[in-house]
Amino acid sequence: MNMTMVQAINRTLAQEMERDDRIIILGEDVGRDGGVFRATDGLFEAFGPERVIDTPLAESAIIGASIGMTALGLRPVPEIQFMGFIYPAFNQIISHVARLRNRTRGRFTVPLTIRTPYGAGVKALEHHSESTEALFCQVPGLTVVVPSSPYDAKGLLAASIRSEDPVIFLEPTKLYRAEKQDVPEDPYELPLRRAAVVREGKDLTVVAWGAMIPVARKAAEAAAADGVEIEIIDLRTLCPMDRDTIVASVKRTGRAMVVHEAPKTCGLGAEIAATIGERALLSLNGPVLRVTGHDITVPLPKSEDHYYPGPERVLRAVRQLMEY
Amino acid sequence: MIERFDPLKGERLQILDEKGSARAGLDPGLSDPELRAMYERMVLTRTVDAKALKLQRQGRFGTYASNLGHEACQVGLASAMTKGDWLFPYFRDLGLYLTLGYPLADHYHFWMGNEAGLRTPDSLNIYPVAIPVGSQIPQSVGAGLAARYRKLPIAVVATFGDGATSEGDFHEGLNMAGVFRTPNVFFCVNNQFAISVPRAKQTAAATIAQKAAAYGFPGVQVDGNDILAVHAAAREALDNARNGKGPTLIEAYTYRMGDHTTSDDSGRYRTKEEVREWERRDPLLRLRLHLEKKGLWDAKLEKELQDRSTELVEKAVAEAEARPPATVEDLFAYTYAEMPPDLAAQLEDHKAFLGEAAR
Repeated sequence: MNMTMVQAINRTLAQEMERDDRIIILGEDVGRDGGVFRATDGLFEAFGPERVIDTPLAESAIIGASIGMTALGLRPVPEIQFMGFIYPAFNQIISHVARLRNRTRGRFTVPLTIRTPYGAGVKALEHHSESTEALFCQVPGLTVVVPSSPYDAKGLLAASIRSEDPVIFLEPTKLYRAEKQDVPEDPYELPLRRAAVVREGKDLTVVAWGAMIPVARKAAEAAAADGVEIEIIDLRTLCPMDRDTIVASVKRTGRAMVVHEAPKTCGLGAEIAATIGERALLSLNGPVLRVTGHDITVPLPKSEDHYYPGPERVLRAVRQLMEY
Repeated sequence: MIERFDPLKGERLQILDEKGSARAGLDPGLSDPELRAMYERMVLTRTVDAKALKLQRQGRFGTYASNLGHEACQVGLASAMTKGDWLFPYFRDLGLYLTLGYPLADHYHFWMGNEAGLRTPDSLNIYPVAIPVGSQIPQSVGAGLAARYRKLPIAVVATFGDGATSEGDFHEGLNMAGVFRTPNVFFCVNNQFAISVPRAKQTAAATIAQKAAAYGFPGVQVDGNDILAVHAAAREALDNARNGKGPTLIEAYTYRMGDHTTSDDSGRYRTKEEVREWERRDPLLRLRLHLEKKGLWDAKLEKELQDRSTELVEKAVAEAEARPPATVEDLFAYTYAEMPPDLAAQLEDHKAFLGEAAR
């Protein structure tokens, strides 16, 4: 069936809830309103107020309560309305969600999936465009997943919900309705911790995820016209990271670049570049470049394009690397 | 009973006075064996605590949060809980743990810094200690929601100190509990200090209990050195939770007789006179006087109990000290359900390093 990413997410949530009555959705406006992006549309009507809970406006309590639910065997899928508002829940996520398995020697696990829209590019209000995935990737115990298409969203969300580990599931707002894709009706899982080579090429490896995948694709098409064949790796799971796929690709292409929306400093690009340096140094024909958001606060909508990496910035870096 | 003591009118529930006499009409009517068992738990708690402080001074224990003076709060609450109930504790809950049946050696493991002490026994509905202050409160509300969803007739207890009531999680948790009328009991051990900061600097409200009014459910202040008052209020609040009558906030008004932890020196912020004044209200003494009045206790029984407690404690300490620290594999094993290759590589590398260092 042809559907957008947000529809794929909605369908997955419905199917997972039908499959497993331990799954509870809670968050702000997820009930009657169906979520501000309609990701939970129709679920309140289908599953009732005990399973689709409109909570008070309190992010720490949303995640804290989700943790408490897991103590009694439930598998909540809380929604934080925007990633920019997840910080009040940081203590719950970092101090508890991520480490309860370890700090109870496996007695208590926290199999919850925290969904939140993230990323720039939709001309949103302040605090609605952040891309702070790296903050979570440094926390042992967390799994961070980002889909880049409706098909991936369905398979990755199902796998996240079924995972025994806590997952931060970041949904790129720019891609929610950007394209429609044929998505199978039957539930399926895409493996977590696995990157996907979404375009093959022999000259240069681009590692990206989420809303940067379409950007990388556009750049790759333009580069192909100039005779440069770009390989694109969609990381899909940011942590734990599938380093093998990255390293194998870079060993073939000899050139690597990371494209992400988050600020450059201490972004995941640094981690990826370090990995390539550790494991593929002698295959490199040039430095690992990073095309990223700048180390500034995401600008207001009129100037947002200065922040957000587009195909032109990627192409510029491609030329720099090819000429190195 | 809870409704009869309105914190907004400055009323505090006390059943046992400082001489150990119970107020008629309020006595919860515990049997003689129950009363004796409570006292025994309190004495054991104090013995375990005193030993911990001694071990810390000898370098056999890590930083430790002393428990002195909190025995009535803890044993009074725990003895009102039933098997299915859940506890989301804070870090000064020794008597609760012991009353609920927590193995003594496990308690020592934790404070000795052995990972083995992290896992609460599978048979006990005790969530791990929340060290980030107040963070257990919203968790307990989620457990309450889950209990209702699963139609379990249980109550969920969260314990915390007076300092925690200034945290956002206190507000977020109690607010949510009020909205959903969850089966929760919020038990605040108001021991007058958050490390050095006195209760008056945590809130301008006259009591902590009265904050419940703003969340739309009952709150009661009880004398936290009076185990009968604690027990009676807890029992009623737990019953209400289990019977769909919603949450309750209990403020147990007590005093932290010891330092905050072994890293603290309370002489910097309070006077000896103040501490001595509270010694008079010692919760153990009060219950002992009550037992003696009822003819249930004497010096011989006291001596036997002290000896028995000491013996239990020495055995547990020996067991805890004999247990080796966690292996390197164990430290890595519980980060994810299945160890990612990166982490496995780090583990192997660390083991290789240890092998080289040993050569």
